[in-house]
Amino acid sequence: MTSSSGLALKNIKKAYGKTEVLHGIDLDIALGEFIVFVGPSGCGKSTLLRMIAGLEDITSGELFIEGAHVNQLPAAMRGIAMVFQSYALYPHMTVYDNMAFAMRIAKEDKATIDKRVTSAAEMLQLTDYLYRLPKALSGGQRQRVAIGRAIVRNPKVFLFDEPLSNLDASLRVQTRIEIANLKETLKDTTMIYVTHDQVEAMTLADRIVVLSAGIIEQVGTPLELYSKPANLFVAQFIGSPAMNIFNVELLQTGEITRIKTQNGRQFDIPITSLKEIENQSLTVGIRPEDFCLAEDSSCMLSGKIIFIESLGEVTLLHLDSNESKEPLVVKLPGIIDKQKGELIYLKTEREKIHLFNEQGKSLLY
Amino acid sequence: MAGHESTSNSITTSVMLSLRQIRRSPLMLVVHLSVLFLVLLWTFPTAGLLISSFRDKDQLAVSGWWKALSSSEQNIIGRTASPDQQVLLDGKYVLSGTIEGFDTKDKILRFGWKSKQPEAYQVGSVAAMKNGATLTVNSEGSYNMTALEPFTGSRGKRIFYTEIAAPKFSLDNYVEVLNSEGIGQSFINSLTVTIPATIIPILIAAFAAYALSWMRLPGRGLLIALVVGLLVVPLQMSLIPLLQLYNTIGGFFGVSAKTYLGIWLAHTGFGLPLAIYLLRNYISGLPKEIIESARVDGANDFEIFVKIVLPLSFPALASFAIFQFLWVWNDLLVATVFLGNGENELVLTGRLRELLGSRGGNWEILTASAFVSIAVPLTVFFTLQRYLVRGLLSGSVK
Repeated sequence: MTSSSGLALKNIKKAYGKTEVLHGIDLDIALGEFIVFVGPSGCGKSTLLRMIAGLEDITSGELFIEGAHVNQLPAAMRGIAMVFQSYALYPHMTVYDNMAFAMRIAKEDKATIDKRVTSAAEMLQLTDYLYRLPKALSGGQRQRVAIGRAIVRNPKVFLFDEPLSNLDASLRVQTRIEIANLKETLKDTTMIYVTHDQVEAMTLADRIVVLSAGIIEQVGTPLELYSKPANLFVAQFIGSPAMNIFNVELLQTGEITRIKTQNGRQFDIPITSLKEIENQSLTVGIRPEDFCLAEDSSCMLSGKIIFIESLGEVTLLHLDSNESKEPLVVKLPGIIDKQKGELIYLKTEREKIHLFNEQGKSLLY
Repeated sequence: MAGHESTSNSITTSVMLSLRQIRRSPLMLVVHLSVLFLVLLWTFPTAGLLISSFRDKDQLAVSGWWKALSSSEQNIIGRTASPDQQVLLDGKYVLSGTIEGFDTKDKILRFGWKSKQPEAYQVGSVAAMKNGATLTVNSEGSYNMTALEPFTGSRGKRIFYTEIAAPKFSLDNYVEVLNSEGIGQSFINSLTVTIPATIIPILIAAFAAYALSWMRLPGRGLLIALVVGLLVVPLQMSLIPLLQLYNTIGGFFGVSAKTYLGIWLAHTGFGLPLAIYLLRNYISGLPKEIIESARVDGANDFEIFVKIVLPLSFPALASFAIFQFLWVWNDLLVATVFLGNGENELVLTGRLRELLGSRGGNWEILTASAFVSIAVPLTVFFTLQRYLVRGLLSGSVK
């Protein structure tokens, strides 16, 4: 353990009875890092967070917070603070009492409590509401109180469990910015944030941990995940609309990989491939926004428009192509003057094409 | 009692609503009419009891409470002033004045001097009595009695009269039952039983309910099942074994058999299963995040219970307090078994039963006593009922 480690998870497993829901999580989080756990519902991200918080037992594996082994430590002693999805404010206490609760339990003296609550309230613009009950606050204010309640404790690790999912869209953007500011203010506090919203993940995270069915699919910075997804799951999970995938035939391995689409067109892709995969069929992934229109049939792909979504700033075209059963989705900037049923040609830069082997693993890794 | 009060609260609104909804749904009409019927079924006797308890005992004996506001004819026996007030006037001995105990608001219609003919003479006329004596009574209650011989004896002479009595209401009945009939002492005895027998089970049950909801302990499900099972054990079945057990243990510590401590413990025991069951259902329904949040904030189980769960469970505590209070207050059986019959131990229900035997004909005593015993449950219900409807959890989650 180096002193700059914020949190370390060593082969953490969780089982309810005989059902194992987390299959060995290994993760090192640096001090002051903002980590986002992201994944579909039921992937175990909230369970993992609750295990870090001490609200769930760790079935096996080891958990270190700033170098200290905390497996057996109760939640209160771990130096963590948690913001719950449902705020979980104490409804019978004023905002002030809510924020002071933890410090009163810890028997801090009144002056310290008052100073910390006041400064947290200022930071979160709650000064005018200190003596109100939670029921007299709006959703956004309640969430700020929940954050304030966590701040005043001066935690080593800050845990957020889907804090924005109860807010409406505009408030969500605003609170997201507030959390981003909070991250700047509390530079030495490690933060872990659970969400299923990839926009939140991309905008807030230093590093994102993508989880699926109890295992880590990939850990990396937001842009790494976007441009170099380690596998098909991450590729399809990050980015909206999801990446288009279809099967191709592998013609030649080496520094340049040659593939053949089901329409018979051949391409050289600047990705190194090993000999072992020679007999496999590969999966190609292309993001909708990486396409652009081509003039003639010598291009890479073609398809008939079956559906058009005009959003103003972008236009989404759903194409019926021969490459896959699923429609291809193409995202083009601006307003596109095309009709349903029209045949269009598409091209893309070869550097932006992703290749995955039969196991769904990216050839880049 | 509880059902009756809450429905009477909403009676006006329900009647107004029903008028608007008659056309929409005939079933609604049936519902409202049934509610109205139930309300009347409860309200009428209660109102009758209340009115009767304030009426004059003589009027109560001759007319029903619905005639309380109209005047009534009564036959009454009054007396003249005592014979030593007599004066000698024109050779006759005269007693005069106003009939003792006569209310000047009343009016005399007829009078008489013989118990066999109490209504023989019209008011104002002169009644001839034995040995040349005469009696005149005026409608406003003054009389004039003359005789040739001096009046003898220590008490005044009897006058029978029929009067139209104005309606009379007073607190006399209450004063009587509270002072001379022992209701006052029994009232205090009942409170002495009821208040601890309400508070003790709530305290124990709240702790138990928290533990059964939020603490990990082996056999928790079994314990809950046991509590639910105990709900159906009839009280009568365990009454005597419980008394024997108490006496044995009490004997060991030198505590006498029938004491307040015994009845507190008995009521606590009988109340606990329902209390634990009700409170556990409520407390386990509190949002999990609030408890977890407190745990992350560093609170231990005791602090979570005292600072978070207890304040949030007030509606459940209040509703159980109402149940338990009413049940203990109205209880006769347990009190008969576990508490003595002495002046300092007899509870209200026991006293009422005694009065029913000894003073069964004296309605003024029974009605006033009944109302004294109703007063406390009513107060308890109306003070605590607002906690039943108040949503304490709003603003906590979502």
